[in-house]
Amino acid sequence: MSTVVEKPAPTPAPVPAPAAQSVSVRPSLRIPIILGVLALVALAVFGFGAKSGVDSTFGLSLRADAVQLSPLVVASRPTAIVLGVLCVAIAAFAFWQAVKHRRTPAWLLAVFGVLWVFAFLVWAVAGKATSLVDLLQGSLLLAVPLAFGAFGGVLCERAGVVNIAIEGQLLVGAFAAAVVASVTGNVYAGLLAAPVAGWLLGLLLALFTVKYAVNQIIVGVVLNVLAVGLTSFLFSAVLKPNAATLNTPPLMKPIGIPLLEKIPLLGPVLFDQTVIVYAMYVAVVVLTVLLFRTRWGLRVRAVGEHPEAADTVGIDVNRTRWRNVLAGSATAGFGGAFLTIGYVGQFGQEMSGGRGYIALAAMILGRWTPIGSLGAALLFGFATKLASALSVLGTPVPSQFMLMLPYVLTIFAVAGFVGRVRAPAASGVPYLKG
Amino acid sequence: MSTGNAMVTVLAFVLALVIGGVLIAAVDPDVTKAAGYFFSRPGDLLSAAWSAVASAYAALFRGAVFDYQADTFALAIRPLTETMTTATPLIIASLGVAVAFRAGLFNIGAQGQVILGAIVSGYIGFTYHLPAGVAVLLALLGGIAGGALWGGIAGVLKARTGAHEVIVTIMLNYVATNLLAWLLTTKAFIGTNGEPKSITVLPHAQLPLLFGSQFRVTWGFVIAILASVAVWWLMSRSRLGFQLRAVGSNPAASRTAGISVQRMTIYVMLISGALAGLAGAVQLLGTSKYITDGIAGTIGFDAITVALLGRSKPLGIFFAGLLYGGLSAGGRFMEVVTGTPIDIVLVLQALVVLFVAAPALVRTIFRIPAPSGELKGAAA
Amino acid sequence: MKLELRGITKRFGPLVANDHIDLVIEPGQIHALLGENGAGKSTLMNVLFGLYEPDEGEIAIDDAVAKFSGPADALAAGIGMVHQHFMLVPVFTVAESVMLGHESTRRGGLLDLDAARAKVRELSDRFGFDVNPDAVIEDLPVGVQQRVEIIKAMARDARVLILDEPTAVLTPQETDELIEIMRQLREAGTSIVFITHKLREVRAVADVITVIRHGKVVGTAEPSAPETELAAMMVGRAVSLELDKAPAEPGDVALEVQDLLVLDPTGARVVDDVSFEVRAGEILAVAGVQGNGQSELVEALLGLETPLRGSVRLGGEELVGLSVRQVLDKGVGFVPEDRSHDGLVGEFSVAENLVLDLLFDERYRRGLSVDLAAVQANATARIEEYDIRTRGPAQPAGRLSGGNQQKVVVARELSRPLKLFVASQPTRGVDVGSIEFLHRRIVSERDVGTAVLIVSTELDEVSALADRIAVMYRGRVVGVVPGDTPRDVLGLMMAGVPLDDAQRQAAENPTTETLLEEGEAP
Repeated sequence: MSTVVEKPAPTPAPVPAPAAQSVSVRPSLRIPIILGVLALVALAVFGFGAKSGVDSTFGLSLRADAVQLSPLVVASRPTAIVLGVLCVAIAAFAFWQAVKHRRTPAWLLAVFGVLWVFAFLVWAVAGKATSLVDLLQGSLLLAVPLAFGAFGGVLCERAGVVNIAIEGQLLVGAFAAAVVASVTGNVYAGLLAAPVAGWLLGLLLALFTVKYAVNQIIVGVVLNVLAVGLTSFLFSAVLKPNAATLNTPPLMKPIGIPLLEKIPLLGPVLFDQTVIVYAMYVAVVVLTVLLFRTRWGLRVRAVGEHPEAADTVGIDVNRTRWRNVLAGSATAGFGGAFLTIGYVGQFGQEMSGGRGYIALAAMILGRWTPIGSLGAALLFGFATKLASALSVLGTPVPSQFMLMLPYVLTIFAVAGFVGRVRAPAASGVPYLKG
Repeated sequence: MSTGNAMVTVLAFVLALVIGGVLIAAVDPDVTKAAGYFFSRPGDLLSAAWSAVASAYAALFRGAVFDYQADTFALAIRPLTETMTTATPLIIASLGVAVAFRAGLFNIGAQGQVILGAIVSGYIGFTYHLPAGVAVLLALLGGIAGGALWGGIAGVLKARTGAHEVIVTIMLNYVATNLLAWLLTTKAFIGTNGEPKSITVLPHAQLPLLFGSQFRVTWGFVIAILASVAVWWLMSRSRLGFQLRAVGSNPAASRTAGISVQRMTIYVMLISGALAGLAGAVQLLGTSKYITDGIAGTIGFDAITVALLGRSKPLGIFFAGLLYGGLSAGGRFMEVVTGTPIDIVLVLQALVVLFVAAPALVRTIFRIPAPSGELKGAAA
Repeated sequence: MKLELRGITKRFGPLVANDHIDLVIEPGQIHALLGENGAGKSTLMNVLFGLYEPDEGEIAIDDAVAKFSGPADALAAGIGMVHQHFMLVPVFTVAESVMLGHESTRRGGLLDLDAARAKVRELSDRFGFDVNPDAVIEDLPVGVQQRVEIIKAMARDARVLILDEPTAVLTPQETDELIEIMRQLREAGTSIVFITHKLREVRAVADVITVIRHGKVVGTAEPSAPETELAAMMVGRAVSLELDKAPAEPGDVALEVQDLLVLDPTGARVVDDVSFEVRAGEILAVAGVQGNGQSELVEALLGLETPLRGSVRLGGEELVGLSVRQVLDKGVGFVPEDRSHDGLVGEFSVAENLVLDLLFDERYRRGLSVDLAAVQANATARIEEYDIRTRGPAQPAGRLSGGNQQKVVVARELSRPLKLFVASQPTRGVDVGSIEFLHRRIVSERDVGTAVLIVSTELDEVSALADRIAVMYRGRVVGVVPGDTPRDVLGLMMAGVPLDDAQRQAAENPTTETLLEEGEAP
């Protein structure tokens, strides 16, 4: 056979592969510049702007805590200046790294964040006192519904379905938990009812987006309206007249974890909490392992990134989406339980108050991963808690601006100012076959 | 095709009313009582349910269109004018959402844009003492500018960085809400008021009443009609509209044809935001007269559903807006008369839109054969 | 494994994509399925693979009827498929891609990535692929991605492998390597269904050839059948692949491209210091395998892409830095390579599409409005002139056939005076009748003195149209040669060999294609 392939002789000598060599692109200075601006704010406003001759006091223990720590007292102005200088140093390092085409490590960015926030706190609390434990504990609690909402979003979006209806799922979860816990007198019955309610709303989400391929954003927005309408209607018609029997749920009690709760500062914050908070710790680990280490996760991610490819290896795309939408909606619904039986008690009209949308933001800022979502939820929780703490103290920043922080951060994130965010490629696109 | 659409819309509405009726009956005390002895006298349950639903829907109609039990004709048609009043800002904001839809963008941020419109027009309206015609005109323009600014942020970010407009506009809604909350603590806005409630808009900056003092309808309704016509011209006749629709339908081909997708994205969000801002201004200058944190109500979110129901066409939106306005106005009346919570209206609205968006589901429920080629044609 | 398709019929609405197709694939055979674009080959294979359910007919494996309700059934039955558009998740690694759908797990249900890596290495070694199991798909060149697809199928012990237009993205030399892989697989007992519309490849490798036209089997042929006979079967009538055209009468230099450098987002040089010129009244064809910078070159000319440096001058005026709108206004007409994606707005009417980039033309503007009457009149005239088969100017352009869609785009671009006409893949996916028509229109545009730049991956088209040919490889112009340069030399240049070497090597070491032309079929 005289075929081509046997050709032993001169292999064609292609011109040297030019595609491989890359021209020196201008280094991206976006992150260093942002850091620089922030660092200068820290130094100029928080540092030199702080009142001189006064102290900032941070409480490190609650009165009920077993181990009492004496409060942290620092001289406001010098401390804030030192923190500001450290911020400037990190920004300068990041700049130098960028010029050398190296990335600034993520942990350094985290350190920068912590230092910056402390500079801010020292400045804001100058001449006054605030409790650090209370701040952290409050942040954690405020983060719980956000985290579960974001987990619900991750489950849906990783399979290619946008879940705008997190808000509605939180709301129906809160409603169901309150009613069932009131009727049975058992908080854990309420805790089980919440995901069921979320699941039911997820049934509608999946029906319309997966089966009928209706635009996912439209369905999400409309389901939120439906959830508000339904819960408000039932609240006014049934719960209000029968508040004593239907809307007086017991509250979940914190359960201390032996030993761990004794850790100073962190113990009371992290390990003297309700079951739902512990469920959050478990959920973040379990979800991360499931998504990135198991067969199920691999398939789900394939469906969300490239459904045709998943289909051609025998994965049922729409069945996967159904399951994930239901699981995600139930997860968000579970988080809703926290609003009533985990925190406030009674159900109130529209009590989710936009948390579903912040959860969506947390998911995006967390780059569609459970860990990232939790981190973003904690950050948002912190901003909210700080806003209320500062409004009590009467510090120079209006609390409304603190409350804007999650939203503004998210806008920066999706605009690419703080790193690239990349959604699952097929998210939002219905899968139809011939 | 359009007759099929109309039928689906009607059937969707019927379905929604049926489901709403079930809900109303389910929470009615008489019905609950009759259900207790259902097996001995099943007829009681049915008649109790029927009377609960019928009286609620009758009240809804009386509150929305024509109160046949009223003493005078003016009082009898007053509900219709209330419907028009409620529908006015809805129609205008919804036109804004629809312009974005047609250009392939989801403006979920009408709410924030309405708020900004109200803020700017209000500030002009209660701060500057201007002659009659000028004051209201300037305040309206201010509202337009405020909304356009808020929409424009999302447009510019989308065009320059690719930031998804859905996320950005949702976030801007909450930024606007907090901005308003802060403004309502400042002296410039609340003056000497002890509560978060702004100074009342000066008389010259208010929109004049349209049918005299018996009815609340203002010239805002005329503005809504004019806006509908303007949007129709923009989308169907103008070169800009041609380009917007081209970008919405196929951005790649538009780019290749020399249409700047980025510029169109910014224009669309400016126009969309401007209309929502105008809606906020009209609501404030015509109906509320002063700003509270609830000034935008749910106008911005309802605008999305109205745009969907009206299939993003100006005429459709005009009628969908009236329908929504009617449901809201009627709902308030119903709550007073029969004690049925107004929130049932939200349920009805959401259900109608869901069903309209999924014609296949409606056809399945009513066992109507699918029009040929709709499903399969897309695949080929 | 013997695979049989019996009377397969598949309809999409009124369109019959497959009409009672019978096909028998014997074990250990390379069975070529030859047909034009749109003849129904891919639909048939999607039916076989369980992606589409046939409206009529059945599939039999070793004479037993098999029912496939999805790809999972087809895979389980031992059928593997390498799709024309690769079915790989861009963010996955090779190992993850290969294991997807039949993952092996360790204790606790965790993925066993080591097993997948070992499998990839084993298959990669067996076929000499050199694929790194931990490489991420989106970083791999298309040729390697195709090998990953083959590994994917082999990892599932496919006994029948369907290759859907596998050579579309390969150089002639890579094609030769693929052909060798196909032979190796055949030796190992795997049956191969080889879908293509390229006659030479079919004759090089196939054991049996089945020709499909308009969704029907029109006959079978031996690989030794002459090329013209196969072509005639494929298109339904004797065709002349040559185009009668008068020699060009080139005028002054119209388009001058100098040192044009375009980077992709990762900073790689996709158009690498390209220089050439096109004179008024001549056709310059840019030949090359898909993905060697032609698309980016054209996009840079049009202002769709911003070059890092270099200049593009039309009649002495610099185009770099202008917007697309401004470039079009300078008298450039452009037919993009993917017409339904870049050339037409599918939901818009034919009439609207015929003025898509002419809105600012005085003929169609009236104040701020569009002059609807003028748009309508233009549509009627163009439909008549180009014989566009449509139900009327108001029909959505997306509903037209490929050939008629392309006529709409070409009609629009040629409906105003041009200095330069740029057409990418002007006849891709177009029926033969329309190809001839479009080619003649392009030549007549040249004859009125317009400079014409054609980008095509089809050597037949390049040879038929070009007065001169620029060959691109990895972003560079390897050489500019006369229009009658032998195909074999062009093929080598498309693999990056400079002209002199190419001529020498072509003489010393003829490729399959040349051998076939000389009648020495293997």
